[in-house]
Amino acid sequence: MTTNGNGLRWVGKRPVRPDGVDKVTGRAQFGADFTLPGMIVGKVLRSPHAHANIRSIKTEKAQALPGVKAVITAADFPELPSEIEQAGEVVLNFRDMSRNVMARQKALYDGHAVAAVAATSIEIAERALDLIEVDYEVLPHVIDVVEAMEADAPLLHDDLYTMGVEPTPDKPSNVAKRVEFSIGDLNAGFEMAEVVVEREFTTKPVHQGYIEPHAAVASASEDGLCHIWCTTQGQFMVRYYVSRLLGLEVSKLRVTPSEIGGGFGGKTVVYLEPVALALSMKCHRPVKMVMSREEVFRASGPTSGAHVWVKMGATKDGRITAGEAVLKYQAGAVPGAPIGPGCMCAFAPYDLDNVKVVGFDVVTNRPKVAAYRAPGAPISEFGVESVVDELAKKLGMDAIAFREKNAAREGTHAAYGPTFGEIGYTETLRVAKEHPHYQAPLGPNQGRGVASGFWFNIGGASTAALNVNEDGTTTLISGCPDIGGSRASLSMMAAEVLGIDVEQVRPTIADTGSIGYSFLTGGSRVTFATGMAVIEAANDVVRQLRERAAKIWEIDVEAVVWENGEAKPSGSNAGDFEPLSLSSIAATAGKTGGPITGHVSLNAQGAGPAFGTHICDVEVDRETGRVTVLRYTAIQDAGKAIHPSYVEGQIQGGAVQGIGWALNEEYIYDEDGRLENPGFLDYRIPVASDVPMIDAVIVEVPNPKHPYGVRGVGEVPICPPMSAVANAVANATGLRMADLPISPPKLLAAITNGG
Amino acid sequence: MAKVLLTSGVSQQFTDGQTEIDIQATTYRQLLRELDKLYPGLGRELSIDTAVAIDGEIYQEPYLESISAGSEIYFLPRIGGG
Amino acid sequence: MVKTHVNMTVNGEAVEFLCETKATLLDVLRDELDLTGSKEGCSSGDCGACSVILDDRLVCACLVLGAEADGGNVETIEGMADADQLHPLQQKFLEEAALQCGICTPGFLVAAKALLERNSNPTETEVRYWLAGNLCRCTGYDKIVRAVMDTAEEMKGVSK
Ligand code: FES
Ligand code: FES
Repeated sequence: MTTNGNGLRWVGKRPVRPDGVDKVTGRAQFGADFTLPGMIVGKVLRSPHAHANIRSIKTEKAQALPGVKAVITAADFPELPSEIEQAGEVVLNFRDMSRNVMARQKALYDGHAVAAVAATSIEIAERALDLIEVDYEVLPHVIDVVEAMEADAPLLHDDLYTMGVEPTPDKPSNVAKRVEFSIGDLNAGFEMAEVVVEREFTTKPVHQGYIEPHAAVASASEDGLCHIWCTTQGQFMVRYYVSRLLGLEVSKLRVTPSEIGGGFGGKTVVYLEPVALALSMKCHRPVKMVMSREEVFRASGPTSGAHVWVKMGATKDGRITAGEAVLKYQAGAVPGAPIGPGCMCAFAPYDLDNVKVVGFDVVTNRPKVAAYRAPGAPISEFGVESVVDELAKKLGMDAIAFREKNAAREGTHAAYGPTFGEIGYTETLRVAKEHPHYQAPLGPNQGRGVASGFWFNIGGASTAALNVNEDGTTTLISGCPDIGGSRASLSMMAAEVLGIDVEQVRPTIADTGSIGYSFLTGGSRVTFATGMAVIEAANDVVRQLRERAAKIWEIDVEAVVWENGEAKPSGSNAGDFEPLSLSSIAATAGKTGGPITGHVSLNAQGAGPAFGTHICDVEVDRETGRVTVLRYTAIQDAGKAIHPSYVEGQIQGGAVQGIGWALNEEYIYDEDGRLENPGFLDYRIPVASDVPMIDAVIVEVPNPKHPYGVRGVGEVPICPPMSAVANAVANATGLRMADLPISPPKLLAAITNGG
Repeated sequence: MAKVLLTSGVSQQFTDGQTEIDIQATTYRQLLRELDKLYPGLGRELSIDTAVAIDGEIYQEPYLESISAGSEIYFLPRIGGG
Repeated sequence: MVKTHVNMTVNGEAVEFLCETKATLLDVLRDELDLTGSKEGCSSGDCGACSVILDDRLVCACLVLGAEADGGNVETIEGMADADQLHPLQQKFLEEAALQCGICTPGFLVAAKALLERNSNPTETEVRYWLAGNLCRCTGYDKIVRAVMDTAEEMKGVSK
């Protein structure tokens, strides 16, 4: 048997993923690929206005059109009270969610759903939408976060009073929440500073940009049993949210996740699912709904656009003495911008005594934001990492050396409070400094930028079941959709524990009726948390296999060990028996006590924080303002890479999304608050010819809380790129670009005016 | 005694700006009850949308955690992910 | 609604169906012929998830009308493997983890196959520009580009 040097046979190797062949042959079923007999199609009518009162909706004509089977509006959804509720692992206001799914009384953004129809064909459904008469009273709207905070800004909700300020304001506003974190004495910190940099930044809303649009098929039978098939990051999330939105018992709804064509956080909420089910409940036909790309852009969650102010001070010898930030994040139509994590992550890579961060969650006439990789963090870290770069430059220090001098280490009080355990930030800096990229020569109009990033990672509830089959192969069942190769990493961990070939572990992702509750795929938790459940389930199977061997040999179970996929006597005085393989124990399982299955549900704690450091080279075309990324290296602490290829893939993909955020991507609204670029032609995500190879370097500082040392890897890679690019542009041009995206017209104007 | 640390935002609302509070408690639940006795409303505030770091380790679900003398306890906003 | 009678060859098999005037080749493949391997990411020619080969031309199936393809020869992802044998590109994509979620994969594979049929020895830049019509949001393109170049390298070795 071969192991990879540390006694591990599979962990750290790169086997072909178990679901791979289905995905390269077109066989894999994604959201829009599912059909049912008798199925009809649903379509949504969307508001053309950014902000409007809905005086009335007349659906009679649509209803009368032959082929139309159901028409619904908000009136078909129960009216839910506004209350903050702990829903499983997240906190929600279901009234707000209900209103985002289907507008009630008011349309709050261009693209907001106001009605839906189900019909026997798309053509009929579309004609029916035209026949729905909505009487709108158009209201003034506000998109920009700073404008939305002004006293005379158009008000989205007349019952929204800012939380987190004392006393609670007596007038409603668009500011849903204020949060504040501080440690130490900020004034004293700035007094110690010999160099201070202060700057304002803005970032635009960007979309997760998953290539697969939202899609769902829902079927409600006459006895009230319901089933949804959809593309989602969490079938249990869909089950709970839809049950609440439609007033169903959870057990009446079954949700089967399809393969998922990208999510990045954008599929951690529901849009079509409750609508399709509400339609099906009216006509008892299966209803299929698929968003167009335009609908994806107009009506599903981008991330916040933001205004960020950062001030930092340092001594001449390069010690940061104080850091202060004010963050204003757009939430979209209802409260819920990722402001808490934005605040906590801002200064997290640094060991600071004096910090203050104030954040605001602000509603605006845009689609409600959804999570996008490390939600909230990339925005605040963009500001801080840009200022860190400027400080280093003012001090005449190397960008990495300056960071090393101030880096958070084991034992550092994180800027958001708690003390860090084992973390790998300084490791990423060391590797960056020694990487050949960092020393490579640069040409004219070229510049190099460095930036770091941080994300907590999360654990959470997961269930895994491991069934031993008659022939000794195994079936591994879990409840988190596989969005980027987690079937591979989970089966590798099971194979590792069992000591068998990875091919003998067949992973499946089960529907909500076939496995215990699992929180969704997100926050980079699956390999960590579901991985823990898998490892425990496999350990449980090993325990049972030893018991069976003990019974067969008629010896004590303590005298049986499990090694390399076989039961063996623990030593010579345990008896002299031929080892029993998994398959031979499985073959006689019926005689020795019945089927062998492991089943574990847990709530994993102890996710390991992760850090990354990126190096980016750009070339600036001074004639056009165009920035070309020439070379890119992304270094990240993965704790332990179970399947290094998919860890690299997460790093590379996140880095390129960040490059898009830095250079191209933005939601553009016209004067009336309508989204002007709801398509891939005008909302331009990076294509293959826009980017170079992304050299992903994995650093492994194990997370002591995971059996193999896993930390999450999917979030951190999107944190550094915006500032890595901006810092590179600064070094190429001498211009500090503080407003994203650094698009050619913007940079050209800056070059013309100041360069 | 365990040392409880609140964010400055929460402290302004509930504890007159005091961010460090010493509490005698052996479990997380007892800690919340004691805090709520001292500062009515704080216990509920901290049980919603909050994660807890006990001696540096973040618990999204701290309900069953125990607390030892000298523990350092931070209340933080809960963390999701993409 | 008027329907057109259409004949075509799909992955070597003759098919015949009635096509609605507005239906695209992608609609036909997915809804009429149950070949859901070609994906719809935008229906406007911007994402390449629907890439198929029509009469030796790489096209976005969402931009071709079903009726236009009458008499045509269509190759889709479903026809790429030869019985038990994956196409070398499919094999390489698996070995090198050139897919994460996999929604873009059929389009990339079809497009890359069309490239290698024209240019058996593409440079990295040629690969990147050829594949610039295919969007992938998961991988950052690195492993996709490498897999295509490594396949070209390997196929050259075989044909020598
Ligand atoms: S679906 Fe045809 S190019 Fe996007
Ligand atoms: S692998 Fe997900 S879009 Fe390419």
